[in-house]
Amino acid sequence: MSATTTTRPPVVAARPPVPPERRTSAARFRALVTSRIGSAIAVVIAVLWTVPTVGLFVSSLRPEADIRSSGWWHVFSDPSFTLENYARVLGGSTSTNLAVYFQNSLVIAIPATLLPLGLAIMASYAFSVLRWPGRDWVFVGVFALQVVPLQMALVPLLRIFSGTEVADVLPFLSLWVAHTIFALPLAIFLLHNFMAEVPRELIEAAQIDGAGHVTVFLRVVLPLMLPAIASFAIFQFLWVWNDLLVGLTFSGGSRTVQPLTAALAAMAGDRGQEWHLLTAGAFVSMVLPLVVFFALQRYFVRGLLAGSVKG
Amino acid sequence: MSFLLHSKNGQLVLAIVAFAAVVALLLLTARLAERLRGRGRSGVMVLLFGGPALLLLAVGLVYPALRTLWMSFMDGSSESFVGWANYAHVFVDPAGVVALRNTLAWVVLTPLCATAIGLVYAVLIDRSRFESAAKSLLFLPMAISFVGAGIIWRFVYEYRGAAQEQTGLLNAVIVWLGGDPVRFLQDSPLNTLFLIAVLVWTEAGFAMVILSAAIKAVPQDVMEAARLDGAGAWQLFTRITVPSIRPSLVVVLTTISIATLKIFDITRTMTGAQFDTQVLANEMYDWSFVFGDNGIGSAMAVLIFLLVIPLVIYNVRQMARNRAVRA
Repeated sequence: MSATTTTRPPVVAARPPVPPERRTSAARFRALVTSRIGSAIAVVIAVLWTVPTVGLFVSSLRPEADIRSSGWWHVFSDPSFTLENYARVLGGSTSTNLAVYFQNSLVIAIPATLLPLGLAIMASYAFSVLRWPGRDWVFVGVFALQVVPLQMALVPLLRIFSGTEVADVLPFLSLWVAHTIFALPLAIFLLHNFMAEVPRELIEAAQIDGAGHVTVFLRVVLPLMLPAIASFAIFQFLWVWNDLLVGLTFSGGSRTVQPLTAALAAMAGDRGQEWHLLTAGAFVSMVLPLVVFFALQRYFVRGLLAGSVKG
Repeated sequence: MSFLLHSKNGQLVLAIVAFAAVVALLLLTARLAERLRGRGRSGVMVLLFGGPALLLLAVGLVYPALRTLWMSFMDGSSESFVGWANYAHVFVDPAGVVALRNTLAWVVLTPLCATAIGLVYAVLIDRSRFESAAKSLLFLPMAISFVGAGIIWRFVYEYRGAAQEQTGLLNAVIVWLGGDPVRFLQDSPLNTLFLIAVLVWTEAGFAMVILSAAIKAVPQDVMEAARLDGAGAWQLFTRITVPSIRPSLVVVLTTISIATLKIFDITRTMTGAQFDTQVLANEMYDWSFVFGDNGIGSAMAVLIFLLVIPLVIYNVRQMARNRAVRA
């Protein structure tokens, strides 16, 4: 071997030469059919997963009489659209007006995302950077609380708030607190895992430079945590926005605080056949989550892979 | 000041500002405490950073859970001790037995179907040109609430008498193929299956995302070697892909089972638990908040808790094992 060959980068050697095509024509035919069938199955699944939502959306834009008399697919042969349904669920008479509930959902969801996030970030600092006796045991305890289903804490937690003066002055308080409490175990667990990955040397270097815990927390740890924080914030927001159980029990059926999901569920019960209202109403409730979801899909997937799924 | 208390937006602003003030106060106190010397300092730090969250968990989760456990052994108004009577009721009451049977069907079928569909889809679209768009389609339902999903599917299942034109997509297809329209949501016991399909529809995307990431981690040289040895697509799938992603499969299955046990929204929106579609989580809500019997309601909550525990333990152990393998 000459010197020139040894100095050449071993690119060719890394991959064995592709063997000549040994497959018979029958095998090739089978491979073609499998890939065709495979693609067909994928397309069928994709259609099944999309068509119901599309059907709902198309229907919400059709006149009431059309919805009653024919299926939504008739718009392709006989198109007629109206915004009347949306006008009725966003304005209109009080019994079908969902605009107020949309506002309620926002007023519930924004603090119910920020509160657990803030508390969990601080707590995960206590569990990952600070060192204290019994730390790991307390952390395991917090982690184990994820096992407790919402249902288990619902009634007694409700009792703590009911009838108090605070509940009258701040009707949303019980919803904020309930959502915060139910979010904390998972939030602390996830954010702790991310914070534990911040290099110890980085923190120690800052401390040698004279930084206290507050400075380390705000200047070193927090900036590194932003992607994880974004992931959890999206999850928590979607969770609260889409929640029915907490919204139903803690609003006590009151119109002033009830979230959109509870109002929509009631509408589905009372006006089960008024599809012009139900379709538009359902879509109003879906708009914000869908926008958040598509705009921040990257963080959403990252959060999912990190394990932020609340059972 | 009246804006802050008397309008909804005012209360929203008030909540955010008040919370920011609390956090600022905690951090400010921590900064002052940094000047302290000796062992007291780290104790104060733990209290300031971890204290608020731990206090909320103790008051809002640990205490209520223990109280629910206690109430499950008391009568409807939590006044006198009744022993195991509430639990016995769940297993003896005919409606309770139906709910248990349905819950079992939900917990077994939902994870299996959602995972199977998510897995097949993830494999089929892997490395295809449209992969990311195709993924979005499948997990779009994850952004939709169960109430919204319930309405979407009630519309698909809509039934009209045979004489009328069908406005529900499924019945329209059945009639077009020459069949008789089906009352999907009314006819027991199959109606439970049609409700389960809705949860499968929302959970398959979750399974797909997790499994797709796992599939991408399967070493390409192993796949390539098997392919050179003449393995077909199906053999590659059953002999290499599935065994390699087994840990992720277990995590997905158990996570979906846990979520399924607690779901009550779908049943509530689609059938109102009529026509024998009751499930444990919805029955718990009815007993606690509609019939006002906290004894039986609490017993059902405890039952959900007991059913969840083994799944969670298995799930956590599997996740820890996955992490150890990856590290």
